Amino acid sequence: MSVKSKEPHFYISKRAAVDRKKAWIIRIIAIVMSLIVCGIVTMICTGDNPISIFATIFKGAFGTQRKTWITLQYVAVLLIISLALTPAFKMQFWNVGGEGQVLMGGLAAAACMITLENKLPNGVVILLMIVTSLLAGAVWGVIPAIFKALWNTNETLSTLMMNYIATQLVAFFTIVWEVPKGSGKIGIINQNSNIGWLPNIGNKYLLSIIVAMIVTAGMYIYLKYTKHGYEISVVGESLNTARYVGIMVEKVVVRTMLISGALCGLAGLLLVGGINHTITTTITNGQGFTAVMVSWLAKFHPIGMIFTSLLIIFMDRGASEISTAFELNQSFADILTGIILFFIIGCEFFIRYDVRFRTNTGKEDA
Amino acid sequence: MKRFKKIMSSVLLASIMMSSVACSSQSENKTSANATNAAETNTSDEKAAEANSSDQKAVSDIKVGFIFLHDENSTYDLNFIDAATKACDEAGVTYMFKTNIPEGQECYEAACELADAGCSIIFADSFGHEDYMIEAAKEYPEVQFCHATGTKAHTEGLSNYHNAFATIYEGRYLAGIAAGMKLNEMIESGDITADQAKMGYVGAYTYAEVISGYTSFFLGARSICPSATMEVTFTGSWYDETAEKEGANKLIEDGCVLISQHADSMGAPTACEKAGVPDVSYNGSTASACPDTFIVSSKIDWAPYFAYIIDSVENGTEIATDWTGTLETGSVVLTDLGTAAAEGTADAIAKTEEEMKSGSLHVFDVSTFTVDGETLSSYMADVDTDADYTPDTEVIKDGYFSESGEGFRSAPYFDLKIDGISLLDTAY
Repeated sequence: MSVKSKEPHFYISKRAAVDRKKAWIIRIIAIVMSLIVCGIVTMICTGDNPISIFATIFKGAFGTQRKTWITLQYVAVLLIISLALTPAFKMQFWNVGGEGQVLMGGLAAAACMITLENKLPNGVVILLMIVTSLLAGAVWGVIPAIFKALWNTNETLSTLMMNYIATQLVAFFTIVWEVPKGSGKIGIINQNSNIGWLPNIGNKYLLSIIVAMIVTAGMYIYLKYTKHGYEISVVGESLNTARYVGIMVEKVVVRTMLISGALCGLAGLLLVGGINHTITTTITNGQGFTAVMVSWLAKFHPIGMIFTSLLIIFMDRGASEISTAFELNQSFADILTGIILFFIIGCEFFIRYDVRFRTNTGKEDA
Repeated sequence: MKRFKKIMSSVLLASIMMSSVACSSQSENKTSANATNAAETNTSDEKAAEANSSDQKAVSDIKVGFIFLHDENSTYDLNFIDAATKACDEAGVTYMFKTNIPEGQECYEAACELADAGCSIIFADSFGHEDYMIEAAKEYPEVQFCHATGTKAHTEGLSNYHNAFATIYEGRYLAGIAAGMKLNEMIESGDITADQAKMGYVGAYTYAEVISGYTSFFLGARSICPSATMEVTFTGSWYDETAEKEGANKLIEDGCVLISQHADSMGAPTACEKAGVPDVSYNGSTASACPDTFIVSSKIDWAPYFAYIIDSVENGTEIATDWTGTLETGSVVLTDLGTAAAEGTADAIAKTEEEMKSGSLHVFDVSTFTVDGETLSSYMADVDTDADYTPDTEVIKDGYFSESGEGFRSAPYFDLKIDGISLLDTAY
């Protein structure tokens, strides 16, 4: 396309139909460009060559067997939370309360582990942990849904607010259960008896990964092949259409948020019972928000989310390794992650809109 | 239009995401405090994954791994990082740093990665790392795991897991002497009356280490300025710059004429500098950031401990289960006095230090303080950590509270609330 100096220089128009192949080409270009910019920035800071920088990114995520397992485990947890948020997003219910729902699930699991040690056999404790975690997450998700259904409150605000309540509840119980007194930390729960520790399957990383795979398959089927899944899409596309065809919108909203919250609770269960064996206010590490992006980037497609969550964790761990290997401050990893996300999110604009530079003929209606 | 809305909201969400992801990217990281990039770049090609982060010559094949809660921006961690660099350079061993490791499973992963990378000693600096270090110690019996400020080594029964701390309460007492001198100076110059000699203290949690710290500081100050009182506020975090700054400001508004702190950011010292209130710092000198208000700072110098554990591993000797650094080992030190220090402070500190070293003065001498108006003759402390905080050990002997005592444990367990100190909030 030739660029003329006449104004306007270019037009932005919406693409009529988004060509999937074209979309993926744009995304790949964006990722490559982000890597190039990361390479340039790192080169300016360290004077090293880009190839070793990219090798370091890869090594950070998959350098050793342990690193690979840890990466996959991180992906699994982020994927579960992303999948949890997805049905809500699909019906245009902006659940940004993943953080709180995960925390509540974790808190319920921790409560079972702490209060039921020595009182019930391990199997029963684990069963109760599963039930209470899912329930706690579901309750935390359904409260904003009920408000939305009854009074049409803004769910973005209410789910966000629920996060802070959950954080403060965890902070409160941290003080109740702290060991030793006054230290403000709970530490590993039942470190010697291992009561309430979810069983290791193969190794300690595999359980979360298997659960994530099951949830992914389940969510794919649920959204694509069930009546519920269909109702969610209709509600998401148009409330009026949904009402016209006789879908109880309020019921769908509440039901979907129950599922969304319960799955977040499941992630909390894995974080507390399977991975950390403790509860802290920062145990979710912002993943309730990162998951929103994972879900968006995959266009709410469960299989796509495997790749987007892998991409985010991979970049995250890789960027962290760069700052490690080149002896830079942690903030440098954040800069690199920021650059990468900027390109990934920015490229969505070019997927949905066509940017054409002005030619001689000009298109007034563009 | 709907599409446009969608994109707008996604951009909005993305901006939230940016900040949240930024917080979440602390999975692993090692940096050297004095990164010498030029010399490092040659090796980083091959050794990026192994992260051989030192460029000095190794005279032995011992590698020491360090796990830090924050990075050099925290005064607490900087103190450890400086000592680690110094001790390892002196001993000629290589080292690996992992900074910004939270007190969770990440600590266990970091410890395992260090062990996988061939470290024979692994050290963690934060209290909450303890349980995860124990987990890693169980998995790598041939690697020595050392942990500062922990309480469980003496009950855990692992031969390769060790705790260490120092009699920092002695350093705090000496810093308290400097504070007392300053209070006396203010009284003499007529700035305040004797009744107004109220100090403020920004604590982290109502944990024994903090209580031990502020109590010894207070006793040191009161030994010089008998009318001294103190108010303590707690932030509920070991590192929260905003909360520490607010805490210090609250104390200053409350009429405190001198501030000290047990929390790891620059929050309290900078608040003092702004308000022109003298400050006794912790973990290291804050004189450069606070030239007008800095009096003195006590700190633990960890280099002697690091030298000791490296030496033990080199010679194949046992590392003590509980190691307590003292004034004699050079572990408890005071920084140079700041310009805000009163005249004669150095002499007063030197005199008290001599008395401590000779054993004629004990910081927690029960004749110098009362609890609810009573003098203590017996106290059972929770030395063996358990979930019910069971008092299990008699810690008063020969007329003083034996903090970090021989045969007990290195980490503090002094948790008495003595008269003269008022706690503003005990939520944490």
